[in-house]
Amino acid sequence: MNAFDQLLHGFAVALTPVNLMWCLVGTTLGTAIGVLPGLGPALTIALLLPITFKVDPAAAFILFAGIYYGAMYGGSTTSILLNTPGESATIVTALEGNKMARNGRAGAALATSAIGSFVAGTIGTLGITFLAPVVVDWALRFGPADYFALMILAFVTVSAVLGSSATRGLATLFLGIFLGLIGVDLQTGQARFTFGVPELLDGINVIIVAVGLFAVGETLYVASRYRSGVDEIIPLKGSLWMTREEWGRSWKPWLRGTALGFPIGAMPAGGAEIPTFLSYYVEKKLSRKPEEFGHGAIEGVAGPEAANNASAAGVLVPMLTLGLPTSATAAIMLSAFQSYGINPGPLLFESQATLVWGLIASLFIGNVMLLVLNLPMIAIWVKMLRIPAPQLYAGILVFATIGTYGITQSPVDLILLYVIGGLGYLMRRYDFPTAPVIIGMILGPLAEQNFRQAMTISAGDWTVFFTRPISATILVLALLALAGPRLFGLWQTMRLKNQALAGDS
Amino acid sequence: MLTRRELLATTVVAGAVQGLGLSFAQAQTLDMLKMFVPAAPGGGWDQTARSLEAALRATKAVNGVQITNVPGAGGAVGMPQFLNQWKGQGNALMVAGMVMVGALIANKSPFSLTQVTPIARLTGEFLALCVPAGSAFKSAKDFADALKADPTKVPVAGGSAGGSDHILLGMIAKAVGAQPAKVSYVAFSGGGPATAALLGSQVAAGISGYGEFGEQIKAGKLRVLAISADKRVDGIDAPTLKEQGIDVELFNWRGVFAPPGVNDAQRTAMIAVIEKLAASKEWAETCKRQDWTQITLTGADYGKFITEETARIGGILKELGLA
Repeated sequence: MNAFDQLLHGFAVALTPVNLMWCLVGTTLGTAIGVLPGLGPALTIALLLPITFKVDPAAAFILFAGIYYGAMYGGSTTSILLNTPGESATIVTALEGNKMARNGRAGAALATSAIGSFVAGTIGTLGITFLAPVVVDWALRFGPADYFALMILAFVTVSAVLGSSATRGLATLFLGIFLGLIGVDLQTGQARFTFGVPELLDGINVIIVAVGLFAVGETLYVASRYRSGVDEIIPLKGSLWMTREEWGRSWKPWLRGTALGFPIGAMPAGGAEIPTFLSYYVEKKLSRKPEEFGHGAIEGVAGPEAANNASAAGVLVPMLTLGLPTSATAAIMLSAFQSYGINPGPLLFESQATLVWGLIASLFIGNVMLLVLNLPMIAIWVKMLRIPAPQLYAGILVFATIGTYGITQSPVDLILLYVIGGLGYLMRRYDFPTAPVIIGMILGPLAEQNFRQAMTISAGDWTVFFTRPISATILVLALLALAGPRLFGLWQTMRLKNQALAGDS
Repeated sequence: MLTRRELLATTVVAGAVQGLGLSFAQAQTLDMLKMFVPAAPGGGWDQTARSLEAALRATKAVNGVQITNVPGAGGAVGMPQFLNQWKGQGNALMVAGMVMVGALIANKSPFSLTQVTPIARLTGEFLALCVPAGSAFKSAKDFADALKADPTKVPVAGGSAGGSDHILLGMIAKAVGAQPAKVSYVAFSGGGPATAALLGSQVAAGISGYGEFGEQIKAGKLRVLAISADKRVDGIDAPTLKEQGIDVELFNWRGVFAPPGVNDAQRTAMIAVIEKLAASKEWAETCKRQDWTQITLTGADYGKFITEETARIGGILKELGLA
């Protein structure tokens, strides 16, 4: 049987009423936990593992896949409305999405994010169906040296969020890198910057920092500016739905985001955050209105949202084709396979064809369900912004606190949240950009670990970054992205000058 | 170290002795068992706790089980909490294992597993030394020779530094006469990424729990050079390290501990409950399904084992330059 017949067979499995019910439960639950910062799909699936003793494998995986995809949809909702990212992959969405909401375009931001997620999820799932073996062969060729080069390329994207002053932006980038280095070092097992606090040994969760800087910091800032009696309610402008212009500005970012997200998600050390950074950078560079970035550009929501959903599909590629868990959620799903006595590995597609194709079919169905669930919800969600500022921001604080406590039920995390929130207020007050902190915190440790892995493998030989074709290519791309625009600008001024000189004589 | 058969024998004897003296304790059903898991839901210790819960309920040894997860740093975050807040609670158990012994030492934690009350070692997973299918290494001896010649030229992938995978590599290096501090150990954030690096031939070899590699070996993508068990294992076509002249044996064991400060009656009663469980059909089935080797060891013998294991792991971590 070819992939298409197998897929049809998978739909027959997934479209039974019981499995459709599980799919609905999963997507609804996933959306809900995506909304809460801290409570992610990995933890939720782990807590639901005992269900595997009761229901049949196909139903359990359809439920888990629904949760996984649903969390990516839900995470963007709070990013856009409340500047409180629910998942680390939706942090970038908050940058433009929340600005759009403040400009009265919350409906359009939510719509482009939901439709973009649907487009990316569907294309990504098609990718799993037809391209998985090819993609996985290619992804395995990436070694630590190549990942390091990829991180260097991703660091270039910081330039898109630096704000008005490069010095301030770079200062906060390094603050982020420092925060990322706290905890036990993977390569030596030694604690760094933990000051004897055992809770810091595993490092600081990036969600706590994002919620602290964005949500708590913002709340304190608003409170410090608040004059009683002047309730400023964010107006809704124009239609709730996307305008023709907004459609026109969204569809290309959706496709580009998908093209970045799916392959990087399929890489064993790729992850979901890096494609969102890259997508944001690409969209800013390609936009006809780059000046809108930082003030609510729809491309900056459409691209990263597509990228994170496509990467969620990408993560399933090594999991299903090789039995390799490359994210926390995939690892938990694999342990669910094991509790059914199924050993996920390279032979999974052959030995468990019904289960795997049922799962893939349910991903398609889940995507449609998520779109149907989310689009009508937009009208309800945007009403949330009509809440007067004191109540709204109090709500955000409660929400951020509960979500943070939910991560590990540790009071230390709550203290961290508010210390970082205070820092976020000061950064806002003195005009330091906050986004580079997050980028530094995610990329810094990844770059460091991959660099050291590469150096261990090459026995200390530096040239490995330039002699490996993949790594060399990516480094050249990074150099072009960094220096290209300047060289081009220089060349243009020279030409103009020459022309002027020629005109003078 | 005791062989598995000897271990089994001691368990049976110990069980019989305790069975005579404390038949009343065995007959009792625990009303509520509280389990402390110093790791996140989904990991090895959590699965051990949840499997224990299922088996204990099935054998009607307990009426209810309540599981608390305190994740972080290989158990180093949960340990102080178990020592202080759970002190003296006779109906409480913590699930922990070899990884925690190493994590506490490497993190320079002031605590050690010798401070809690040993109840029983339950399961173990042996590790496997694997190479990509196309590797020039055909046996553990080839690998050992290369390691002896120049340990820096043989990059080996595994889980986090100071964990069981790294410890095994250190022990192999020491056994073949290479300097453990010189080995090229490439730490990955878990078995999945480490296996990916191995499949892509980014490293020369990899060490992880056999289960992590099993399916890749079956599919012919990886080759197993040796396993770290004490003898050959049914259904696995791989020689042990010992057979190939490398005198190393390592189990990533998991067991249960009571809090400090429980009295003798509580301790013996808990040991009796766990011994009965370890001998049950339900537990044997669980272990088979999860690919865990049953290496039951209880009470005082387990306490002695913990002391020896702490010294052995502390020694090898020091030689690896991590402690």
